[in-house]
Amino acid sequence: MAVETTTRAKLRWGLLDVLVVVFAMVPVLWIASLSFKTPATLTDGNFIPREWTLDNYRTIFETDQFVRALVNSIGIALIATLIAVVLGAMAAYAISRLDFPGKRLLVGVSLLIAMFPQVSLVSPLFEIERQLKIFDTWPGLILPYITFALPLAIYTLSAFFKQIPWDLEKAAKMDGATQGQAFRRVIAPLAAPGLFTTAILVFIFCWNDFLFAISLTSTERSRTVPAALSFFTGASQFEDPTGAICAAAVVITVPIILFVLFFQRRIVSGLTSGAVKG
Amino acid sequence: MSTNAAPTGAEAAVEKTGQRASVPTQRGGRRKPPLSENKKAERKLGLLLCAPAALVMVLVTAYPIIYSFWLSLQRYDLRFPDQREFIGLENYVTVLSNEFWWTAFGVTTLITVVTVAVELVLGMGLAIIMHRTLVGRGLVRTSALIPYGIVTVVAAFSWRYAWTPGTGYLADLFSDGAPLTERASALAIIMLAEIWKTTPFMALLLMAGLALVPEDLLKAASTDGATAWQKFTKVMLPVMKPAILVALLFRTLDAFRVFDNIFVLTAGGNETSSVSMLAYNNLLRGLNLGIGSTMSVLIFITVAIIAFVFVKLFGTAAPGSDDGERR
Repeated sequence: MAVETTTRAKLRWGLLDVLVVVFAMVPVLWIASLSFKTPATLTDGNFIPREWTLDNYRTIFETDQFVRALVNSIGIALIATLIAVVLGAMAAYAISRLDFPGKRLLVGVSLLIAMFPQVSLVSPLFEIERQLKIFDTWPGLILPYITFALPLAIYTLSAFFKQIPWDLEKAAKMDGATQGQAFRRVIAPLAAPGLFTTAILVFIFCWNDFLFAISLTSTERSRTVPAALSFFTGASQFEDPTGAICAAAVVITVPIILFVLFFQRRIVSGLTSGAVKG
Repeated sequence: MSTNAAPTGAEAAVEKTGQRASVPTQRGGRRKPPLSENKKAERKLGLLLCAPAALVMVLVTAYPIIYSFWLSLQRYDLRFPDQREFIGLENYVTVLSNEFWWTAFGVTTLITVVTVAVELVLGMGLAIIMHRTLVGRGLVRTSALIPYGIVTVVAAFSWRYAWTPGTGYLADLFSDGAPLTERASALAIIMLAEIWKTTPFMALLLMAGLALVPEDLLKAASTDGATAWQKFTKVMLPVMKPAILVALLFRTLDAFRVFDNIFVLTAGGNETSSVSMLAYNNLLRGLNLGIGSTMSVLIFITVAIIAFVFVKLFGTAAPGSDDGERR
């Protein structure tokens, strides 16, 4: 590469970089721009709003519909993430550290589920959840989220766990630490970044879901933001909801952008190691 | 990956139990020595730790799939629950002889083939840029991750407004009228939205493959006078083959379930429904559990066939069956 580190090469790469950034950012900026426009300037087609307003944001936070959906989204995604990461970590630890029958089967099954057509589960789950009376409740969404997040969690975590030098544990025990101490003081700190990365990936997945959210809910009781967005009617039914939808869209995008900004490196390593290196 | 794990696990066990250091080189579990106490405890712990995850996955997928098959053999419409009865394969005949199903199937196949092909090319470019770029690598990676992280519905709304006359900056690009209300342009926009959203994911998987290409090999090729293109096709592609196949398989199956974008962009109007969209409509709008389940089963079978073909065609390169040569 030494030859290529000339100014021209730098310029060429820089140009490509700009292209990538523009390609990735334009749709996001467009929806942000719409969210700051006044109803009068909403249709002017300008990329930068002529008149800025925060009214759209005020509107959505005044409507119960959006606030409720936001609470649902945060609650459901957090609970599902927590459970999926705990169960996933247990399984991944076993897969990367222990020898037991059925290990390959488990890996195979989780791979199958990762590729599963989710819509195939919608009609049976709809009926089963109606019978179990968990249709349109938090558990009704949390369960399928955990299921589809588990393969992701197991894959990324077992990739992380495999990189941990487990001999350290033995060394600590040789120095007089108990099994528990060795795990807590030595292994847990090493495993924490992996757990954290996995949690973010799982959270993004749950936060993103739409199909289950609109199929397994029917009221504001458990509808998450992506589902609520698509049924949004604005403050009154005579109002064009475009501005409100955009504002709501921006609100649920902010956490993801923050995650990506702060944990870019970790997300990349989590995705790549989990998916390919296995 | 599993084969990777087996010998490692065995080694660890041998070390722990203090047995003779005759580490078995063949894959785990083949030989059958009498199990020591430690070994038994390890097995038990392993099974115990995996049990909850396995249980949830099986309960929430296997049972519903069986139930779905059972429902698909019945006439079962929630609006007319009294008429529920077992009708064998009649639902399958109904669906498979219905042109809506085949239109949706065609749309789904078209979207899958086009988006995955375009994403492979774009994703490879993006992966190389992310891997090689000299300036602002962090910035590039961060912005490439944004489409991956952003909620699909939000992205779909952004594209919808972009193409809607009045609110959009793209609507006037192709002069006459609203592109989302015409089938061909609507399909193109759906594919564009899909490509925008998932190319970064493809690129990340490919980047993991790029990291496996030995730098020495590239240098050697350069010394031998290889052009950039030759280096790409003769050195990088062969090494990356497993990563490429994994990425293709994942993206193909993922693209086949396309739903969110269509729901927001066209709501399936003008024959732009995918099979997922059609199944959803029959179930939630029509409340027809029989037909909805039949479609669910058919989609499941189709995806299984795609996965099978991939694994068969590309053999050992499929995930889960590699022999651990890449590390």
